[in-house]
Amino acid sequence: MTPTDQVIAPTAARGPNPAAGNAGPKDDGPAMVLKDIHKSFEGQVVLNGIDLTVGSGKTLAVLGRSGTGKSVLLRLIIALQKPDSGSIQIHGQEITSVGLEAINEIRKTMGFLFQHAALYDSLTVEENVAFPLRRHSKLTAAERADRVKELLTGVGMESDLKKMPSELSGGMQKRVGLARALALEPSILLLDEPTAGLDPITSREIDELILKLQEERDVASIVVTHDLHSAKTIADRIVLLHQGNAVIEGTFEELERSDDEFVAEFFKRDS
Amino acid sequence: MSHDAKVPDLWASQDAPQAAPLAGSTLASLWRPINELLEWFGEIGVFVWQVMRATVRRPFEGRELMRQLDEVGAKSLPMVAMAGAAIGAVLALESRHSLIRFGAKAMLPAAIVFSIIHETGPVVTGLVVSGRVGAGIGAELGSMKVTEQIDAIEASGVNPYKLLAFTRILACVLMLPLLTLAADFAGVATGWIATTLAEPMSFQKFLHAGFAGASFSDFLAPTFRTMVFGLIIGVIACFQGMRSQGGTEGVGRSATSSVVLSSLFVMLADVILTKLILVFFP
Repeated sequence: MTPTDQVIAPTAARGPNPAAGNAGPKDDGPAMVLKDIHKSFEGQVVLNGIDLTVGSGKTLAVLGRSGTGKSVLLRLIIALQKPDSGSIQIHGQEITSVGLEAINEIRKTMGFLFQHAALYDSLTVEENVAFPLRRHSKLTAAERADRVKELLTGVGMESDLKKMPSELSGGMQKRVGLARALALEPSILLLDEPTAGLDPITSREIDELILKLQEERDVASIVVTHDLHSAKTIADRIVLLHQGNAVIEGTFEELERSDDEFVAEFFKRDS
Repeated sequence: MSHDAKVPDLWASQDAPQAAPLAGSTLASLWRPINELLEWFGEIGVFVWQVMRATVRRPFEGRELMRQLDEVGAKSLPMVAMAGAAIGAVLALESRHSLIRFGAKAMLPAAIVFSIIHETGPVVTGLVVSGRVGAGIGAELGSMKVTEQIDAIEASGVNPYKLLAFTRILACVLMLPLLTLAADFAGVATGWIATTLAEPMSFQKFLHAGFAGASFSDFLAPTFRTMVFGLIIGVIACFQGMRSQGGTEGVGRSATSSVVLSSLFVMLADVILTKLILVFFP
């Protein structure tokens, strides 16, 4: 059994976990709908009218050159920043106009993996993964410990429970970050460069994990990545951002066949 | 055009183009710091409002509060007590010579005790905590901000204003009076030691003479004044830390500005509160 098999099997058997504060999607519509999103920083336009839709169980990969607003897009979806204009709906609920309490409820249905993992450096690996469970679930201490172990086993970090984040390599930190993002069994996953800086084997394991989450738990994911191979493996659709706009959206094959000069240039390096 | 009319024309063509930008740039350079100061007060006002809003909602973060009480209180105790002890000894040594010169040697215990509980104890505690705790909070929260840990807390549906800021501010408010008591005690004790080394006197007699004319209000108001110092230190350090940006350099700036600003505002508050205490507890 691979690490990814271990994390998926019990999760799939349980389904959405109301005890963990995640009652799952409220409707059968798309998990995420972004309409005409605009965002600027000090006059510099970063996103200029982005429209995206991601259905349950689907994965959208966001590609683009560095500094094109890919990470900003994820931060807008989890309401860490507000768009200048436009609409963001999560499971049918508009998040740009609701209060903090409602946003926090929505955030419990989402898992976010930060680009540099953003582990709490005063907590151990175990405490980091237990953090969302301790805050939002009614699990007992023993159940929480079991769940943490299960999650860490799933990302191959079960032997590092007591280590501090400073004792881990970048790749290990990212795996712990992924385990933390999965703790509340989210119905939406936002992954900011999940395979950057990882060795090929771990990258493949992370890709497999995302695929299994898609298949078995209907998790909708947006993955920001520079890794074309990973995008090809995990994404149903790919969107390419350039100068604040979505230049093209489609399957990997569609993008590969595109006549657009920028798209062709982007895909040339790996082909 | 008349001859008179040419004078302003000449001025306009020669002097004005140089004088106007100069005046403009001078005004701009004067306005910039005022603008920044007003912005800072505005932002800290918004920050305090966000902390207050977060405070009334559950959960109440008891676990984190206990950790911060230990961090601010227990871990500051040795430093505060040592500072209080040093001040007590210096006061005794300095005051003794002055009082002997004026024939008021018998007033020495009272001079030491009054000086410590009224002013020196609270201010020294405030400044020591500004340095130790202010820098610690500024650097810790600054580091958490630049490494996206605060964003991660927020993304997991937890209010960072409550978990990080409110607990630290409350710990500062609650611990400052207790630390002041420790500084007062250490100061009085070393004041007695310094006094008795020059001229033996029992501790009981020293305390009796020191507190002879003191009332409860002499002790209470100055000690609880330090709750305001705690509020200032906590708010400024959390604010500076949570607005940190620019990597490790930004973290350093947050730590430094936390100490400088909280020390400055503690001294300013000391002046205002001393005046108010004298008005309300004459």
